[in-house]
Amino acid sequence: MESRGRANPAGQLIRSQFLMGLFDKFKAGLQKTHSKLVHEIKRIVTRSPKLTGGSLEELEAALIGADLGMQMTEQIIEAVKKAYETQGKEGADVFTIASAEVEKSLSTTSNQLKKADSGLTVVSIVGVNGTGKTTTSAKMAHMIQLQGKTAVLGACDTFRAAAIEQLKLWGQRVKVPVIAGADKADPAAVAHDAITASLARHADYLFIDTAGRLHTKHNLMQELQKLHRVMGKQLAGAPHEVLLVLDGTTGMNALNQAREFHKAVPLTGLVVTKLDGTSKGGMVVAIQKELGLPIKFIGLGEQADDLQPFDAKQFAEALFSEKE
Amino acid sequence: MFDTISGKLQNAFKNLRGLGKISEDNVSDSLREVRLALLDADVNFKVARDFIERVKTKALGQEVLQSVHPGQQIIKVIHDELVDLLGSSNAALNLSGSPTCIMMVGLHGSGKTTSSAKLAKLLLKQGRQPLLVAADVYRPAAMDQLETLGKQIDVPVFAKKGETDVLKIAREAIDFARANVRNTVIFDTAGRLQIDEPLVQELVRLRDLVKPQEILLVLDAATGQEAVNVATHFDQALNITGSILTKLDGDARGGAALSMKAVTGKPIKLAGTGEKLEDFEPFHPERMASRILGMGDVVSLVERAAAAVDEDEARRMEEKMRKGLFTLEDFLEQLRQMKKLGSLESIVGMLPGGSDMLKGADISKSEKEFKRMEALICAMTVKERRAPTILNASRRIRIAKGTGVHVSELNTMLNKFNQMQQMMKKMGKFQKMMMKKGGGLPGMFGR
Ligand SMILES: Nc1nc2c(ncn2[C@@H]2O[C@H](COP(=O)(O)OP(=O)(O)OP(=O)(O)O)[C@@H](O)[C@H]2O)c(=O)[nH]1
Ligand SMILES: Nc1nc2c(ncn2[C@@H]2O[C@H](COP(=O)(O)OP(=O)(O)OP(=O)(O)O)[C@@H](O)[C@H]2O)c(=O)[nH]1
Ligand SMILES: [Mg+2]
Ligand SMILES: [Mg+2]
Repeated sequence: MESRGRANPAGQLIRSQFLMGLFDKFKAGLQKTHSKLVHEIKRIVTRSPKLTGGSLEELEAALIGADLGMQMTEQIIEAVKKAYETQGKEGADVFTIASAEVEKSLSTTSNQLKKADSGLTVVSIVGVNGTGKTTTSAKMAHMIQLQGKTAVLGACDTFRAAAIEQLKLWGQRVKVPVIAGADKADPAAVAHDAITASLARHADYLFIDTAGRLHTKHNLMQELQKLHRVMGKQLAGAPHEVLLVLDGTTGMNALNQAREFHKAVPLTGLVVTKLDGTSKGGMVVAIQKELGLPIKFIGLGEQADDLQPFDAKQFAEALFSEKE
Repeated sequence: MFDTISGKLQNAFKNLRGLGKISEDNVSDSLREVRLALLDADVNFKVARDFIERVKTKALGQEVLQSVHPGQQIIKVIHDELVDLLGSSNAALNLSGSPTCIMMVGLHGSGKTTSSAKLAKLLLKQGRQPLLVAADVYRPAAMDQLETLGKQIDVPVFAKKGETDVLKIAREAIDFARANVRNTVIFDTAGRLQIDEPLVQELVRLRDLVKPQEILLVLDAATGQEAVNVATHFDQALNITGSILTKLDGDARGGAALSMKAVTGKPIKLAGTGEKLEDFEPFHPERMASRILGMGDVVSLVERAAAAVDEDEARRMEEKMRKGLFTLEDFLEQLRQMKKLGSLESIVGMLPGGSDMLKGADISKSEKEFKRMEALICAMTVKERRAPTILNASRRIRIAKGTGVHVSELNTMLNKFNQMQQMMKKMGKFQKMMMKKGGGLPGMFGR
C-alpha cells in the first residue's frame, strides 16, 4: 500500500525542520489510530478481496471504532462499494478510497485565524465543560506572541471554581496580560473591560476564555449570546472569531454540541483537543460535513506549544497513512 | 439523556411488537436497528456486537418462539440484557479502613476535582468527616479549585502549593487526617492519558502508598469509542474499584456507561448530573436501563423527593391530591418543598421525555414563574389560600398590588392552579387503576 506522504517526497522535503517536528508530533499522537485502522482495513482486504456483506461490516466497525460515526462510515463504505463495482478488485484500494473520502470532507476554505479589518481581533472560545477552553486560549495567545504580535487574555469564566486563577497562571506562564474581574462577576462586564484594555494597549488579539456550558442549558446559552452582544456593541464585528473547543475523546455527542452552539452563537471554527492520546477525533469529519465549519487548531498536549494549525491533508495522511 | 437511543430503540421495538410470528430474518432486521442505535449512542462496537449476539440467541430460543407475543418477548430479552450489561445492583462504596482512602482518577477534564468535592459533600451528609487532598501537582490552579470547592461545603482541604511530590503530599495528608479526626480521605489526582506511562506509574505508587479502599475512574458520559480503552488501561494498571459517570445532565447518549461495565466488570457507582456540588447521585443500573428504553428516571425522582419530603406529609398530600382537596396553601407548601429537591432543570430531566422537554425550554423562566406564584400566594390570607373561590375582584386587586403584578397574572396563575387540580384528580384515579392491575413489563411499553 502506498502512503500519500511517500507518494509525494518533494512535498515532504520542502517542509522546514520545524514543521517536520510538529508533523511528527502530530503523527505520533494519531499513531494508534492509523496503525489500528490500517491493520483492520488490510486484514479485511487481504482476507476477502471481494467485498462481502461480512467484510463490509468489519470495515464499518473499524471506522466506527475511530469515532467517525454512522453517517460518515456509511458514506465511505458506499464509496468503497462503488469503486469495487467500477474498477474491479484490481483497481480498488479500500485504504486510498477511505483516505480520499476523509480528506474531501475535511477540505475547507480557510483554517487561518481571522483578522479584523483593522485593529483588535476578538476571539471567543466556547464549549462544554472540561474540553480545554482555558488551556487552548492560553496556547493561542502564546502562538500569537511567537508570531511577533500582541495578545491579551480575558477571563470571562467567572463561574467555575478557580477558573480565573487558572487563566492568570497561564498568563504568567506565556507572558500575556490577563484581564479579570471578581468571582461571580458578570462575564459581559469582564469582556467589556478586556476589550477596553486591549484597545488601550493596541493589542492585535484578545482571547476570551468563557465558562464551560452544556449546549442543552438554555439560560447558559443565552448568557453566551448576551456576552457576544455586548462585545459587538462595543467593537464592531466582535467577536470576529468564535471557536468551539471539542474534546477529541468525545463521541457522537460532539455533533449535538456543534449544532447547538452554532445555533446559539454562530461559530466560525472548531478546535479539537487532546489528540495526543489514543482518541481519534473522527467525529469532526461528520461535524464539518454537516456544518461546514473549518477545524482551525488541534490540541496535542498540556504545554503552551502543544497547539498546531489544522491541516486537512495532514489529518487525512496521519489518519490513514502507514507509519514508516 | 438517552433520548435519541430511546427513540431509535423504540422504533425498533415498534416493528418487533407488531410481529405475530418470528423468523430469523425479521429478528435480524430489527436487531440491526438496535445495533445501529447502540453504536450511535457511542456504545463500543465490540460491546454492541456481543450484546446483539446474546439477544439474538435468546430471541430465537424456544421460549420466545412459543410465547403468545414473541415480539414483546424479544423486547423483554433486550431489556433484561441491557440491565445485565449495566450491572444488576447499585454498588455501595467501601468505607472500611481508618481512615478510608478514596482515589479519583481519569482523563483530563472528566470531572475528578468536581466529583471529589461532590463526594465529600455526600459523605459529610452521611455523617462522615471527609478530608479533600489536592494531589494534582500539574494543572494550573488545580489546588485553588479544590480549596474553593472545599470552602463551599465546609470540608478541609489538604494542599501544599509548590510541592511536586504527590507521595509526599499523600503521606502528610494521611498524618493530617489522623491528627484531625478525618475518617475519609479523598485524593483528587491530575488528569492523565491512560497511555502516559510515567504518569500512570505515579498513580500506581500513590495507590501502593495509601492502599485506598476505592479507586474510582471518573468518566465523561460523552466519551466515545475510547471509553473501552480508557477503562481497560486504568483498570489494568490500578485495579479500579468502580467508576463515576459525569455530565449526565447533558444529552450525551451515554453509551460509555454500557461499554465501561462490559469491559471492566467494575460497577458504575455514582453519577454527576450538574456543575453544582449537590448534583450527584448513586448510579442505579436498572434505572439507567429503563432510561435507555425511554421510561425516564421516575424512580430517582421519587427517591429524591423522599429524602427531601417528610413521608407522612407526602402521604397526606397525595391523599388530598387524589380527592381534589389540594388547596393553594398546600401548593405553597409544595413549591417550597420542591426547592429542596434541587433545580427545576434537574427534576424535569428525570421525567420520561424530560430531556426532550428541556431542549429549547427556558427553565430559568419557569423557575421565575414559580417564584412569582409563591409571592402571589404569600400575599393571600390563609382563608383565601384554603378557599380560592372567595377571591373576588377586590381581593384579587389587593393581592396583585401587594405583589406588584398585574391582576391578569394572578388570574392566569389561578387558572393554572385549577387545571392542575383537575389533572391531579385524574391522576389519582389512574394511579388506583394501575395499582389494581399491577405493573409488569408489557405495560411499560404501552400495552
Ligand atoms: N492531553 C491533553 N490535555 C489537554 C489538552 N488541552 C487541555 N488539556 C487538559 O484538559 C483539562 C481541562 O482543560 P481546561 O483548559 O481547564 O478546560 P476548560 O474547557 O477550560 O474547562 P472548564 O472551564 O472547566 O469548562 C486540563 O487538565 C488540561 O491540562 C490537550 O490538547 N491534550
Ligand atoms: N454539567 C456538568 N458539568 C460537570 C459535571 N462534573 C464536572 N463538571 C464540569 O466539568 C469541568 C471539568 O471538571 P473538573 O472537576 O475540573 O475536571 P477534572 O477531571 O478535575 O479536570 P483535570 O483536573 O483538568 O483533569 C468543570 O467545568 C466542571 O464544572 C457534571 O456532572 N455536569
Ligand atoms: Mg476553563
Ligand atoms: Mg482536576
